[in-house]
Amino acid sequence: MRKARELRPVARRTGQIGANDILVFTTLRNERRRLPYFLKYYRDLGVDHFLMVDNGSDDGSREYLAEQPDVSLWSTAKSYKRARFGADWLNWLQRRYAHGHWSLVVDPDEFFIYPFCDTRSIKALCDWLDASSIKSFSAMLIDMYPKGPIDAVPYREGQDPFEIANWFDSGNYMIRRNREFGNLWIQGGPRARAFFPDQPERAPALNKIPLVKWNRAYTYVSSTHMLLPRGLNLVYDEWGGEKASGALLHAKFLDTFPQKSAEELTRRQHYANSHEYRAYHAVLQENPDLWCKWSEKYINWRQLEILGLMSKGNWA
Amino acid sequence: MSVAFVMLVHTALDRAAAVARHWAEGGCPVVIHVDRRVGRAAVAGFQQALADLPDVRFCARHRVEWGTWSIVAATLTGVEQALSEFPEVSHVYLASGACLPLRPVYEMKDYLRARPRVDFIESVTTDDVPWTQGGLDQERFTLRFPFSWKKQRRLFDRYVRFQRRIGYRRRIPEGIVPHLGSQWWCLSRQTVAAIVNDPRRPEFDRYFRRVWIPDESYFQTLVRIHARQIESRSLTLSKFDFQGKPHIFYDDHLQLLRRSDCFVARKIWPHAGRLYETFLTGDDTAPKRAEPNPGKIDRLFAKAVERRTRGRGGLYMQSRWPNPGWENGKTCAPYSVFEGFAELFTNFETWLGKAVGGRVHGHLYHPERAFFAGGETVYNGALSDSAALRDYQPEAFLTNLIWNTRGERQCFQFGPGDRQAIGRFVATDPNAQISVITGAWAVPLFHSRMNFSDIRKKAANFQKIESRHLDILHAPQTTARVRIWSMADFIQNPMEPLQVIIDEIAPAGQRRLTEAPRMANLDGFGRFLQQLKNEGMQPYLMGDFPLGDGSDHPTPEHRRPYLVR
Repeated sequence: MRKARELRPVARRTGQIGANDILVFTTLRNERRRLPYFLKYYRDLGVDHFLMVDNGSDDGSREYLAEQPDVSLWSTAKSYKRARFGADWLNWLQRRYAHGHWSLVVDPDEFFIYPFCDTRSIKALCDWLDASSIKSFSAMLIDMYPKGPIDAVPYREGQDPFEIANWFDSGNYMIRRNREFGNLWIQGGPRARAFFPDQPERAPALNKIPLVKWNRAYTYVSSTHMLLPRGLNLVYDEWGGEKASGALLHAKFLDTFPQKSAEELTRRQHYANSHEYRAYHAVLQENPDLWCKWSEKYINWRQLEILGLMSKGNWA
Repeated sequence: MSVAFVMLVHTALDRAAAVARHWAEGGCPVVIHVDRRVGRAAVAGFQQALADLPDVRFCARHRVEWGTWSIVAATLTGVEQALSEFPEVSHVYLASGACLPLRPVYEMKDYLRARPRVDFIESVTTDDVPWTQGGLDQERFTLRFPFSWKKQRRLFDRYVRFQRRIGYRRRIPEGIVPHLGSQWWCLSRQTVAAIVNDPRRPEFDRYFRRVWIPDESYFQTLVRIHARQIESRSLTLSKFDFQGKPHIFYDDHLQLLRRSDCFVARKIWPHAGRLYETFLTGDDTAPKRAEPNPGKIDRLFAKAVERRTRGRGGLYMQSRWPNPGWENGKTCAPYSVFEGFAELFTNFETWLGKAVGGRVHGHLYHPERAFFAGGETVYNGALSDSAALRDYQPEAFLTNLIWNTRGERQCFQFGPGDRQAIGRFVATDPNAQISVITGAWAVPLFHSRMNFSDIRKKAANFQKIESRHLDILHAPQTTARVRIWSMADFIQNPMEPLQVIIDEIAPAGQRRLTEAPRMANLDGFGRFLQQLKNEGMQPYLMGDFPLGDGSDHPTPEHRRPYLVR
C-alpha cells in the first residue's frame, strides 16, 4: 500500500466509470509514438476507460494522455523495478477502481486478440464469460516481428504496428506447470529461438492472464503471468478439453526496439538485472533479423486458433 | 385464430419491448411477465414503451429464481391471463425476453393454422435424455431441493448425497410419468387450458413445487395426460452447452440463423444490433413455408461442446494442458522411429523418403543438434534445431513437430548415441511406430578408425544404453507399435520386415518394394565382435555372427534382395 503514495494523479476521470464498464490498466514510459494507435485499438474493441501510470516519461506521453477524455492518469518517478515492474502500482489502482469490473491489464505494445474479435466486441466476450461463470481469461503473448532487420521500416505514429511486424513463430512453445501457483509457464517463440538457444530457462515467460473480473481481494503476483487466489490461474482444461483463450500480439520488435533496449540496459529497471535486454542487445547488433523460412504471416484470430495457439473453447 | 405469446422478461427490456411490438403488430397478443426484481422505474418505462399496443398485457409479477418453481408460477400466471383475455387464440407460445423471431409472423400463423391441435413441446422420459444438469435426471423427481444450486452449491450437493444415503424418495403423483424437455414450447389452446384447469392441478403443483428445475418438466410431463397430438420438439431454436447454459447468438450468426428456417431463436445477445434490425424490420422476402431446419446450427454448437470437452488430440497450449492419460492422443498423428536402420543401411534416409513419401529426419535427438530432414536448421512452426532448447523440454519438441507437420508423416532416427529422455514418452504413445535393429550401432564403430580401446568403451556404453531403452520398450506400459529384431536376424531377410513397416506407414499405397536400401559392408564384422569379446566386452544385442570373414553372409552387393509376389 505504500506504493500507492508514489502515485500522483495527473488527470482523474474515474467519476465517469459506469457500473458495467470494461477497464484497461497500463503502465508506460516514453511511448508517445505508440499511444494513438493503442488507444484507438482498445476503444474500437469496446473498452470504456483507461487507467494509466506514467513512469517518468519525457517524450510528451504524459501530456498527450492527460488530454484524452477517457483516460485517468497517474504519474510517478519512482523505481519501476522496486514496484515489482509496475505490478504494485496497478494492483493498487485495480483494488481501488476495478472491483466488480472486467479489467484488462496490457502494456502499450500488447494488443489483445480473442475469438470472434473481428465481429464481436469485448463486451460480448465479457458477457459470455459472466454467463459461463468464468472469472479469468488467458491470452498468451505472441512476439511479432518484421521480415528483415527490425529497424528497417520506421513505425509512424497512429499506424497499425502489425503492418510492419506481421510475422510470428507458430509452433515452438514449451509449457510447464507451476506447482506453487497452479499457472502454466510458457516459453518459446522468436525470443527463445534467437536470443536464448543455449539458455532456454532464461527465455521470457509468455503466459498471461490479462482479463479478469476483478475483485478487490485479487492480486497479480508477477506482471500478469499469475494471480492470487490460485484458482484464477486455472485457465486451462486438465481433462483433454480446451477452454476459450486469446492472445496478446506483442509489437515489441519495431524500429523503436534497439534504442529502447539500449536505454533499458543502462536503466537496469527490468527483471533479473535486465539480462533479457543484454541478450537482445548482443544478438541484435550482429543480426537484427528474427524472420526465418518457417515464420508465419499473421492473418487473423482464426489462423491462431487453427494453429492451436488460442481456442474458441465452447464459445460459438 | 392466432397465437398468443407469453413472454418471461428480466433483463434487456428494450430488446424485449421491440420483440413484443413485432408480435403484437403482426396480430399476435402478448402477455408479459416481468421479474419482480426489476426496478419500478425500468418497468414503468417498459410498459410505457408498449402502451400504444392494446394487445400487449402485463401479468402479475413473481420473483423468479433459476431452477425453482417460480418460473413455472410466472408462466402459469401469464398463460391464465392469455387464455382469459384472448379467447380467440388457438395456440399459446412461451418465449423469453432474449427470444428473437426469425420468420415473419404470418408464416408462423399459417404454420400453426395448418396444425390446429398439435402441441409443439419437447417431452422425453428421463431415461432418454443425456443432457441433464448435474447428473440429476430421475432424481430431480424423487429428491427434495431446498437449497439454491447457483448460490448454495455445497449445501445443495450435500443434501442430495444425504438423501441418497438414507434412501429418501418422494412419491410421484398417481398417473403421471416424468418427462423432460426444453422450457420453450407452443401448445394448443385445448391442451394448455386442460393443464391449467385440471381438477388435480393443486396436487400436481404441490408436487412440482419441490421438483428441481420444474420449468423443464411441469408442462412436459402434464402434456402427456392432456395432449391429443404431441410433436416432441421445440419451435424455438435453443441450444445448450455442456454446462447446461444456452448458447448465445451474435451478429455473425446472421446467415446461419436466416438459413435455419426456425421460427424463433434464443438466446440473443442484447447488443446484437444487426440481428434485431434484420429480423424485426423484416423486409418481406418470398414466403418460405419451409420446415425449421436447425441442422447447421446444431452442428456448430455440437462442435463447440466437443472442442470444450475433448479438444484437439495432441495439442498442448495455454488453455489445454491435459493431465497424464487425458490427452486424447499424446501426439496428434502417427509417426515412425527407426533405430539402427541408418547405421545398417548406408542410404536408408533417402531410400525411406522415396518408399513412403513422408518426411525423413536424421537423429532428432542427437546431442549436437536436431538433424532435421534436408539439413534445415529451423523447421515447421519455427522449431529450432538447438539441442539446448530441445532438451529443455524433449516432449514439447516432439509434440510440436508432429503438430506443426499435420498431414505429413514424420520419420526419424534414434539410437543409443542420442539423448534418451524422450524414450519413455515415445514408448507410451500409441501414435509411435518404433522399429529397432538391436546392436546395429556397432556398424559405424566397426567402420570407424578410432583407437580400439575407445571403440570398446563406446560399444560398452551404447550397449548399456540400448538395453535400458529396450527394457522400456518391453515394459507393460508400452503402447507404441514396437518391432524389434536383432541385427543378425534382420540381415537374414531384410526385405520382409521393411515391407511390413512400409505397408503400415502407407497402407493406401500398397507399393511393393522393388529396391532395397544399400547395406553397409559387413565383411569382417564377426571378427570385430570377437575382438570386442577378447577385450573383455560382451556384445550380445546384435545376435550371433559367425567368426568368419563374412563369407557365409553374401556381401550386400550380391544379395541386394528383391521380392517377387
